[in-house]
Amino acid sequence: MWALPATARALVVGAVLAAALCAAPALRAGSGVSWATVALLAAVCAAAERLPRRSLALPVLLTAAFLLPPAAAALVAVPGAFVGRVERPPVATRRLWHAAQQSLAAWAASYVFAVFPPLPGLHALPSALAAALVCALLVAVLDGAIQVTAEHRPPHEAWRGLPTGSLVPALVHGPAALLAAILWRGTYGPAAALLVLLPMALSGRLLDSGRRERAAQQAAVRALVQAVDLKDRYTRAHCERVGRASVLIARELGMTGERLEAMRLAGVLHDIGKIGVPTRLLRKDGPLTPEERRVIELHPEYGHEIVRGIAFLDEARAAILHHHERLDGKGYPHGLTGHQIPEFARVVAVADAFDAMTSNRSYSRARPVPVALAELHRCAGSHFDPRMVAALTRALDHRGWGPVAPADASDLVLSTSRNVPSGCSAEAAVGRGGER
Amino acid sequence: MTHRGGARGPSADVHPADAEGTKAPPGHPVASGPGFDDEGWPGGEPWPSPWPHGYRWAPDAADGYGRRPGKATDTTDAPAGLTEGARGAWPESRAVGARPGRGNLPGAPPAGAAGRDPGEKADGPWGRPRAWPVAPAEWDTPAGRRFVRGVHAVAGAVAVLAVGWTAWHGVAQPQVALAWGALIALGEAVWRSHPGGKAAQPRRPAPVGAAGALAYALLGAVGGRAAAHDVPQVVAVVLAATLAGAAGRPPALDELARRVLTTAFAAVCFQPPHHTGALDRWPGHGPYYVLYLLSLLALSALGDALLAAALARARTGGRYGPALRTELRAVEGPGAAIHAAGVVIAPAVGAAGLWALPALGLPLLFVQLGARRQEAARAVRHQTVAALARATEIAGHVPAGRSHRVVALGRAVGRELGLSAAELDAVEQTALLRDVGRLALPDAAPPAERRRAALLAAAVARRAEVPAGVVVAVERQAEPYRAQPLAARIVATVRAYDAYDEHDDYDDYDDPTGDEARGPLRALERLRLATAYDHEPRVVEALARVLSRCAPAPADLR
Repeated sequence: MWALPATARALVVGAVLAAALCAAPALRAGSGVSWATVALLAAVCAAAERLPRRSLALPVLLTAAFLLPPAAAALVAVPGAFVGRVERPPVATRRLWHAAQQSLAAWAASYVFAVFPPLPGLHALPSALAAALVCALLVAVLDGAIQVTAEHRPPHEAWRGLPTGSLVPALVHGPAALLAAILWRGTYGPAAALLVLLPMALSGRLLDSGRRERAAQQAAVRALVQAVDLKDRYTRAHCERVGRASVLIARELGMTGERLEAMRLAGVLHDIGKIGVPTRLLRKDGPLTPEERRVIELHPEYGHEIVRGIAFLDEARAAILHHHERLDGKGYPHGLTGHQIPEFARVVAVADAFDAMTSNRSYSRARPVPVALAELHRCAGSHFDPRMVAALTRALDHRGWGPVAPADASDLVLSTSRNVPSGCSAEAAVGRGGER
Repeated sequence: MTHRGGARGPSADVHPADAEGTKAPPGHPVASGPGFDDEGWPGGEPWPSPWPHGYRWAPDAADGYGRRPGKATDTTDAPAGLTEGARGAWPESRAVGARPGRGNLPGAPPAGAAGRDPGEKADGPWGRPRAWPVAPAEWDTPAGRRFVRGVHAVAGAVAVLAVGWTAWHGVAQPQVALAWGALIALGEAVWRSHPGGKAAQPRRPAPVGAAGALAYALLGAVGGRAAAHDVPQVVAVVLAATLAGAAGRPPALDELARRVLTTAFAAVCFQPPHHTGALDRWPGHGPYYVLYLLSLLALSALGDALLAAALARARTGGRYGPALRTELRAVEGPGAAIHAAGVVIAPAVGAAGLWALPALGLPLLFVQLGARRQEAARAVRHQTVAALARATEIAGHVPAGRSHRVVALGRAVGRELGLSAAELDAVEQTALLRDVGRLALPDAAPPAERRRAALLAAAVARRAEVPAGVVVAVERQAEPYRAQPLAARIVATVRAYDAYDEHDDYDDYDDPTGDEARGPLRALERLRLATAYDHEPRVVEALARVLSRCAPAPADLR
């Protein structure tokens, strides 16, 4: 307690005093409080505090607020605050603060609910919603206040999401808590009311299921990347750089959110089909025979075959299959032209060629970024989508390209790639397709 | 090992680039790969193989399985089907003792793949064609099929009667029916509309849909006035709402039949006593009333689980106990809570009025959304595992179709040993993940590398976030059986059986002895001889039982 800043200490003491004042009337003789109800609700509240994310706390508080007079409702939250889990010190102070905060919120909700004349059934819904909103807002405001004073978080960060963040819980929990209160008072008794609260207890565990789904997707990508790593370490590093370059391009094209993430996945997984190419071809540092080249050119289809069953990859799958297509239709595997090639594949093609040219390979040394960009520009239109090449240039101007140290200007070798049939050497680099 | 050279498919010995015929367009499907369904699980339709024609060998030289006719024991002769260029390459690769190039295209398409000639030369001691004795997805016995059809027929009859009756008598309290139908339909629609497309379809019915159906069956009053609907109307409304909510993504017939029968059961248990007033005498409208509803819920959930287990058993064979355990386990967790909360909708609407339906239904839908996401996360994991298994096949470390066969037979053996659904999933994932580590082995690697490959595979499995048990099973695949968890033992035995049964070029990894004899009987004998150290006797016997049940017995032994 004494480790806290003075303002925080004052806030805690003030809140505790206010809560005590609010609860005091219940303790007077003849207040007419149903102590059995208080005890039962307090027990439920204590159980709710032990649940993950305290998901049941708000509905139980609201039920208490609808069932009890303000002073008694303020008492309900107190035992729960002292059995709940506290992760970080100072434990005692945190418990005290939590009890005061919950008591004040319950008191306020009960007070607001009692302001309106008691109405039966559906007609009580507006006052219940108002009470729920007040309760949720008060909890959020007090949370922010203690963070600002005790942890010196900036106010706009501490109160971010107010008041909209409180609106959804209030709208969902308010009516359900009102129903619980009606059932509690009704002929079916508290058992039915507790059943109403049951699904709320689960919502906390399931609320972060969205995060868990994303985690599963990330794990999937990590496992696939690890499989590539087992096959050939260079390919994995190349894939990760292409993922980064793809994101750079996609940002310039104005992609955001999930599409940007999908773009990254497309880049990271674009060469997963290399798993199906014999290792000695991947590591070969002599020229490739036409037959060997044909074997390597199978890798987009291998890759598509591998990830075909993974539903969430969606657009990335098209990029894996088509990242060696050319605008003029001379690419593989399907020889698509122009806009038949999926957008993701056109982005990955540029990123792939760029990294192929700017990284050291068994058969060629890395070229400096400007030279690689010049090559890309030269082949834009015939091989690459000019829009993507321009986007990459812009992105590199803004952010630079970290991972590859450009080669010395002195040993700048323009046509290092062997197996260059003719034409642009970017094409040649891609022709070997970042296979090593 | 050397004496097996003649049995090798040229695909494994000669680098495809050296063989003639590589001009075939990439992506030209030659054979169907093992079936992984859209969710990535084995058992669906076969996927079009990307193997280009001619990477394998001249088709006339191989039978429908990519196996060459007449297993020559001559070690030096190149297989007859090879072209000149390939012949040139053959002695060279043998001379340096190189293992066949890794990444060469897998040999045999799976048994039963398209293009097999049913009347072809029998192979193996029993004179049966080389088809896997276990039908991979379903066992599908005549009795099982009759049972499934019978259940569907009963449910269909109930549905037709209910709809007909309701159409004849009209819908009582249409606004209540409409509100309830909307909740059920919404629950179904939300459950099915998760992003991820068809591949991410859930395997279980929508909890809110089921809970809403049950609540309508147990509804006795609306806002203090008695509810007027009868049993047929309950069934008709629930059926119509379920179908409406599932529009575009029709549910399986089993699922619909269960929904109809369970709803009818609950309605028959509740509505007649309610209408005759028996419920007012006992349990009355007090605390026991909710208890009565809960016990009806438990009863119908139990009935539903019994029915589901019977259907599952009729389809997949195995024992009834584990199937029932699986179904009962599927009820617990969020699903059970949603059901219990759904039941309380009925008295809540009775006490407060129809507005309680959205007030309670909305949080339930939120909870269901979370449960759905968990399901989707599970699907992602399974799809990843299947993709990794495909990667090992595409890389040529495992003959195409082997993981598929091992999964099918491994699950059958697991069922024979009484494993639960989660344990069967572990067997499946172990079988699919176990060879991933071999991606790290160079093209020519001695079998002694198994332990390293096992550790690497376990590292990949860990990243795929499969259950810890599967990681351990993958990690210990190269240990003697006593050091392995059960899933690993089953997979090891079934895999060895598959390798012994059908010898091919890949086997010196799984079968370092290089024993020439093959066929189911010989394979089982070899497994039994290895029960001291490599294979657990219990698993081997379970495998023998499974095989004796579904393999066609040799005519001369009958």
